[in-house]
Amino acid sequence: MKNAIIKLLLILLTLGVIAWANQTLDSYTLSILNNIGIFAILALSYNLINGVTGQFSLEPNGFVAIGAYMTALFLIPAADKIDMFALVDPAPVVLQMKANFLPAVLAGGIAATLVALLLSFPVFRVRGDYLAIVTLGFGFIIRIFALNEPAYTNGAMGLNDIPGIANFMWIGSFALVTLIVMLHIVYSKFGRAMKAVRDDEDAATAMGINTFRIKTTAFMTSAFFEGIGGGLLASFLTTITPDQFSFLLTFQLLIIIVLGGLGSMTGSLVATILVMGSMEWLRFLDDDMVIFGMHTGAHPGMRMVVFAILLIVMMLFARRGLFGDRELPEIFRKKFGKRMRHE
Amino acid sequence: MDFATFLQQLVNGASLGSMYALIAIGYTMVYGVLRLINFAHGDIMMVGAFLTYMATAAGLPFSLAVLIGILGSVIVGVLTDKIAYKPLRNAPKISLLITAIGISFFLENLFNVIFGGVPKAFSAPDYLTKVLHLGEIYLPVTVIIIPVVTVLILGGVLWVLYRTKYGMAIRALAFDIPTVKLMGVDADRIISIVFALGSALAAVGGVFYAVSYPSIDPLMGVIVGLKAFAAAVLGGIGSVTGAVIGGFILGFTEIFVVALFPELGGYKDAFAFFFLILVLLFRPTGIMGEDLERSRF
Repeated sequence: MKNAIIKLLLILLTLGVIAWANQTLDSYTLSILNNIGIFAILALSYNLINGVTGQFSLEPNGFVAIGAYMTALFLIPAADKIDMFALVDPAPVVLQMKANFLPAVLAGGIAATLVALLLSFPVFRVRGDYLAIVTLGFGFIIRIFALNEPAYTNGAMGLNDIPGIANFMWIGSFALVTLIVMLHIVYSKFGRAMKAVRDDEDAATAMGINTFRIKTTAFMTSAFFEGIGGGLLASFLTTITPDQFSFLLTFQLLIIIVLGGLGSMTGSLVATILVMGSMEWLRFLDDDMVIFGMHTGAHPGMRMVVFAILLIVMMLFARRGLFGDRELPEIFRKKFGKRMRHE
Repeated sequence: MDFATFLQQLVNGASLGSMYALIAIGYTMVYGVLRLINFAHGDIMMVGAFLTYMATAAGLPFSLAVLIGILGSVIVGVLTDKIAYKPLRNAPKISLLITAIGISFFLENLFNVIFGGVPKAFSAPDYLTKVLHLGEIYLPVTVIIIPVVTVLILGGVLWVLYRTKYGMAIRALAFDIPTVKLMGVDADRIISIVFALGSALAAVGGVFYAVSYPSIDPLMGVIVGLKAFAAAVLGGIGSVTGAVIGGFILGFTEIFVVALFPELGGYKDAFAFFFLILVLLFRPTGIMGEDLERSRF
């Protein structure tokens, strides 16, 4: 009971801070916070399938794209769509799609969930690493689809003038909801089953866990929140093109969850802030540098080389990341010598 | 489709399929031994093509340039194993996969930084760019050379695998690494040989790719690598013959579907993915494959 009240107070406090930030901070700071919020949603859900369930997948860019396009098509008014679609006329379905913000974002999540369900059948029937390659391929297929079906996606030109409804109030609240849901899953019966599948699939099966169902549930839950993150991203950026949802997005999220610790939700949250911050800070690597009086010239992509090396080094020498697979409160409790309590 | 066009497309399909087959062999051998999808394999092919390009740009004769490309790829492939995979042999599978994707991303971006993202024109010597006219068929020399060389290479690989002691060690590792070590075989050296062989074949595939589509870019290995992996799964992962069969099936499918239904041309790169899904749904062991998971436990 005491715990529940503390949790409720924490949630209300966080919401208050979000509302205050949304009112008072300048637009530049808010745009950074929005970016962090969206990436936090994506990283938390990506960690559920990769870290907690131990199924290596490379899907986020694909599901984020689905969510973004879905939400965008629901939000853009029909008249704007007719103006915008330059290559071919929009499909009738596209013109009929119309919804308020919340249903539009949820529709993005649901669409991604359904696709995840479809992918689960071929992938989880076989054991092994096929999930990684199928989801990697899926990210490319989504792009090919977006380019080749201009009646639905406006092809390479993408969608513009998406109503920018997603402010920090929305994004922050969604990030908070995602964190709460993920922590609840991790500490629930499902979460324990997911960890069992990760640690020893044979033993989990022997204990009567339906591993196919657990893996599919984890995958679909991840997809749902990634779709929602995509919807928020579309409304936050107000412009989306197929090239935005490249593998780079997935790679950034992979760095985040590895740094935070595979399986630690609070770790992902902290790592999101660190990685998004250092992405900005390391921007100088891409620019022209002067070393000993020599100009290196601009090297777009240098940051990514550094991040790739960082990922490999982390995997080789610090595989547990910041928090391992534990959550922040557990680490605190252990540190201050109190007995760990399982909720 | 008249007979001449059919023949023309048949040769084109064989040429494309050869490239997929060469790259698929590397995937299937590494997977067979380590149960690892070597995400960096497609990028090794890119490294081979780029090193060959650099060597020709430096004025070296083409044959020597190809040799440099192959050697460079072998070095990169073996180093990848030594630096990134070997320390993690006993780690959870997911760590290996993450380093593999890290290596892949590293190679792509490194070459992007060095050469820029703009595709580079690849200049092949004249004897490779000639076009033969046989009646109504126009045959670039390459579409004949590529399948022939591929078949020869495949023969060589099969000879190594089934007629030499090294090949026997490779096949034994695919069954059970600890037992093979107990027999006194240096498992790490054999694994290096597997990576060297796979990388050399990928480099040859990369040069073929560069000659056929005379332009190369740092991301060329991504989609080709994905397709080659799909070909390996289609043929039955772990089986070299299967990888070649899968590669040719994929090559013919891409050429003929686009020839028969030109409106599907934009989806050409997606066929491999649908093959992969279908195989996983209906016959996860592929055409030639045995159940690797079951044989291991």
